Amino acid sequence: MKPEFKIISDLINENSHVLDVGCGDGILMEFLVKEKKVNIRGIEISKTKVQNCIAKGLTIIEGDAEADLEQFPDKSFDYVILSQTLQAFLNPEKVINELLRIGKQAIVTIPNFGYWKIRLHLLLKGTMPITRTLPDEWYNTPNIHLCTIKDFVFFSKNKNFKLSKSIALRNNLPSDIKDSNLNIKNLSSNLGIFLIER
Amino acid sequence: MNIRENIKTLIIKKPLKLDCGQNINNFPIAYETYGSLNKNKDNAILVFHALTGDQFVTGINPITKKDGWWSYAVGPNKSIDTNKYFVLCANVIGGCMGSFGPSHENPETKKIYGTDFPVITINDMVNAQINLLDFFGIKKLFAVVGGSMGGMQVLQFISNFPDKARAVIPIACTSNHSAQNIAFNELGRQAIAADHNWLDGKYNLKNTVPDKGLAVARMAAHITYLSKKGLQEKFGRKLQERDDLKFGFDADFQIESYLRYQGSVFVDRFDANSYLYITRAMDYFDLVKQNNGNLSNAFKNTKAKFFVISFTSDWLYPTQENKEIVIALNAIGANVGFVEIKSDKGHDSFLLDVPDFLKALKNFLDKSYLDK
Repeated sequence: MKPEFKIISDLINENSHVLDVGCGDGILMEFLVKEKKVNIRGIEISKTKVQNCIAKGLTIIEGDAEADLEQFPDKSFDYVILSQTLQAFLNPEKVINELLRIGKQAIVTIPNFGYWKIRLHLLLKGTMPITRTLPDEWYNTPNIHLCTIKDFVFFSKNKNFKLSKSIALRNNLPSDIKDSNLNIKNLSSNLGIFLIER
Repeated sequence: MNIRENIKTLIIKKPLKLDCGQNINNFPIAYETYGSLNKNKDNAILVFHALTGDQFVTGINPITKKDGWWSYAVGPNKSIDTNKYFVLCANVIGGCMGSFGPSHENPETKKIYGTDFPVITINDMVNAQINLLDFFGIKKLFAVVGGSMGGMQVLQFISNFPDKARAVIPIACTSNHSAQNIAFNELGRQAIAADHNWLDGKYNLKNTVPDKGLAVARMAAHITYLSKKGLQEKFGRKLQERDDLKFGFDADFQIESYLRYQGSVFVDRFDANSYLYITRAMDYFDLVKQNNGNLSNAFKNTKAKFFVISFTSDWLYPTQENKEIVIALNAIGANVGFVEIKSDKGHDSFLLDVPDFLKALKNFLDKSYLDK
């Protein structure tokens, strides 16, 4: 289980209606059902992972988040979760807008490209960084729109999204991101977790 | 063909008003069951058959002596596990395996109906079959499931009877028949009508059968059930029991021989007029129009859990048409899952040994059975 799942769970109210976009094998979905008794749906593009979710008894829709979120009505979920997937979309801005349309709130987690180890890798080795959260080579990575925690905060401000909660994760330890500590969190954390609304 | 002996039949006394306006009563519904109904009567699955199917879902069909049409999916320990569930399937009205259809005698004229039989719809089919629930004392089915025309009946069933099933599984189907599908059905009907033995549907009176026309209808339809890739891999340009082309019109190619065979075995088990009536029912099916242009309205009164399944190589009821059902359900926040199964076997995939499909179906059913 990814360390951020516990933090995501803490952001969610019991018995709420949740959509997990890019839900993978449904590990977060199962966790949220157990922890928060949520009514949860998943959307996933990989046929193998869809099968795994069905085998777990999860309600899953095979589909591509960039094309298939359109079908959900406005504010049809309390929360829409996007866990470490934003960077893989052709048009992340459009996806975020869709998340905020269909969800009352969205929870977005991003691998932080501003993390010091990544910066150091590029600085010293001069090749595209490979880390635990970003394990692929540049030529086969699905991650085409990587950003830093700072980028995401600026993006949200620019677009007038309200960041109700901004959490940085460093060695699996969470801490709040504030304007005053943004530079240091952007350097020291490998993951950002944001609760957003419009 | 005396087929009555092996057929269980329920006579429906209650009048049924058909969509065409006519009323029918005292009509037979032929059915078969597999597995056993539990004490709470909550383990029943109603299976709906497709165009040329019948009530003999699995095991050996007592009439054709061949495997039931869904033997891959239904049986002990299979996807629809008859050790666990009570499986119920009825021959559709308009059909020719014992249910009220055009090969039956009109009690008023004492003659076989033929094309005097009323035109029936998918709606009429499910309204006839709901009587089986009363007969078995089933208040609520665990699931309704079916592929192709069976899937259309699934959708119509839950629309008509929103609280009569917990799980709803339409497979490789559509909410309204496309122009292409109406066209293929019309081709089949015209092939039958062009057979000089059809006699405007009165062939029973003259003891003849329009078998050539029906065989051509089946051959044409059979092509639509497969995929180009599947056909190419199975047959390619392989020759039939010969080393070279014969410069004639015999079946030189294996695919020709295969289609001729499919046509010839079909006429032994199927009635030409039933083929007309059932294809017509499919063409008339339009759940969108029934709901004034909004498919979601068909499902707004049900709390059932849906699972929609399509196949990548199905060009008769393509994924997009199945997805429209999913979209309509999501629009009203219904509990719906969807999976597109990768298969080269075309529309027929749901009838064949396609492990990913059989696995998904089993997992969905077994997990859904637990959440009461």
